[in-house]
Amino acid sequence: MTTAITPAEAGAAAPARRSARVSFAWLGIVPFMAFALLFLIVPTLQIVIGAFRDQDGAFTFANVLHLFQPSILSAYWISIRISVASALLGCVAGFFIAAAVSIGNLPRWMRGPVMTFSGVASNFAGVPLAFAFLATFGRLGLVTVLLRDWFGVNIYAMGFNILSFSGLTLTYLFFQIPLMVLIVTPAIDGLKREWREAAVILGASTPQYWRMVALPILWPTLLGTFALLFANAFGAVATAFALTGSSLSIVPILLFAQIRGDVLQDPHLGYALALGMIVLTGIANGIYIVTRSRAERWIK
Amino acid sequence: MKRRSLWSWIVLVLAILYFGLPLLGTVDFSMKMRRGVYSLDAYWAVLGDPRFQATFLYSVVMACMTIVVGVLLVVPTAYWVRLKLPRWRPVIEFITMLPLVIPAIVIVFGYIRLYNTSSWLPLTGSALGTDALLTLGYTTLALPYMYRAVDTGLRTIDVATLTEAAESLGAGWITVMWRVILPNVLVAVLSGAFLTFAIVIGEFTMAALLNRPAFGPYLQLVGANRAYEPAALAVIAFAITWICMGLIQLVTRLQKHTMRV
Repeated sequence: MTTAITPAEAGAAAPARRSARVSFAWLGIVPFMAFALLFLIVPTLQIVIGAFRDQDGAFTFANVLHLFQPSILSAYWISIRISVASALLGCVAGFFIAAAVSIGNLPRWMRGPVMTFSGVASNFAGVPLAFAFLATFGRLGLVTVLLRDWFGVNIYAMGFNILSFSGLTLTYLFFQIPLMVLIVTPAIDGLKREWREAAVILGASTPQYWRMVALPILWPTLLGTFALLFANAFGAVATAFALTGSSLSIVPILLFAQIRGDVLQDPHLGYALALGMIVLTGIANGIYIVTRSRAERWIK
Repeated sequence: MKRRSLWSWIVLVLAILYFGLPLLGTVDFSMKMRRGVYSLDAYWAVLGDPRFQATFLYSVVMACMTIVVGVLLVVPTAYWVRLKLPRWRPVIEFITMLPLVIPAIVIVFGYIRLYNTSSWLPLTGSALGTDALLTLGYTTLALPYMYRAVDTGLRTIDVATLTEAAESLGAGWITVMWRVILPNVLVAVLSGAFLTFAIVIGEFTMAALLNRPAFGPYLQLVGANRAYEPAALAVIAFAITWICMGLIQLVTRLQKHTMRV
């Protein structure tokens, strides 16, 4: 045993000794830091600072205040509504699917395919997803036609439109639900049997167990994932653009048009629009990070 | 217990309906190009389109470049942080998560402002420069996934001991990386690489705003002008995503087998 310890000890001690002698270890992350600064942090700061500058480079709040005009406010409002709706529905549906897979007494072999499919679908966003939903829920789509011909239900006459709030939310769910499944399944797996047994012994019914034991434990995970899904939907450009062109005025599409130079005259208003996006997704991700560290206290 | 499984089946059937119908609808629609019969006309039309071939090839090349840059950037950094700078780990991890916080459209907006023709580094001035910028932009987008995959891979091996062993046998820095660390985290690197490929191949926002002839903008263009071809393209894109995820599963499973032996 002693011979086995010696090299391990040497391995543990040597780097410490060396880094004490020459403290140039930080040089090893210089390429990464340079990359992150040049292609991630500085470009973002450029936008953030630009939002507080006027044409001549002087400090101003005018750009941010210009956001508060009806057309831009309504774009933010519809973006927020779509993001909240798709995140909320995604959380609920994803939670049920995860619960079914994790503790729902389904055959064990089903878990693998469900998780793999979730991995695929959560990455299947963008332009092709828009095509898929147009081919399914568009005016000539499979579901639209089947509902009309078989059941006499015309969803377009009922106010549904794939190019609207409801259509976009329905489409976003295709990547929101799987993301929720991927994140929350391990959390539900982490609910210990003993907790349920203890609750049952104390006379708790199933709803009581969920309300008083399981949900309080899962709460940080659920809230955090909701925030993550919100940010996910809020920043999505490609799906919305391919689906609606520029007919639905949501923030990412407005910004897209602004960068291409179509809509707004003032480039600094574009900075402010982008700043608004960073702030909202930043808050959402901040919530995710904080709640995740809380969630890890219980679920290991 | 019976009731619980009934309830699970209901959830599962609803999920299969929601996720299955769009796929079914897309396949169905993509084969309706010829009136009255199912045919593969839309697929032949797409595959025979020279712009499809050109943009697809372009995006494949971009994806491969992104993977190379990403691996060269992430593997040495993650290794070094684990070995020498453990105190920096939270900082590096935070930076790698930033692309999930900052929408891609904002990052590319910054690029356009920072690297335009009148700036200190006029990358967007030439096609090659813009391609380089787009590669680096994609590397940024893939950073959270790549870093996570590699860092998880490094966790399972004893980095310090392996390095010491290799160095005591006279290995230099590059030999340690290339012949010791990389083979040990190969599965993690491959997982990250396939995921990167799946993300880059159909990416729209960055390519469109940097005006490069990539697959994503081509998809959007076809979608705006054609009826049946987009559905065929969606099926192709979905198949590519499946293949990438399938390959991740495959390499992970292969590793489990070799480890057990």
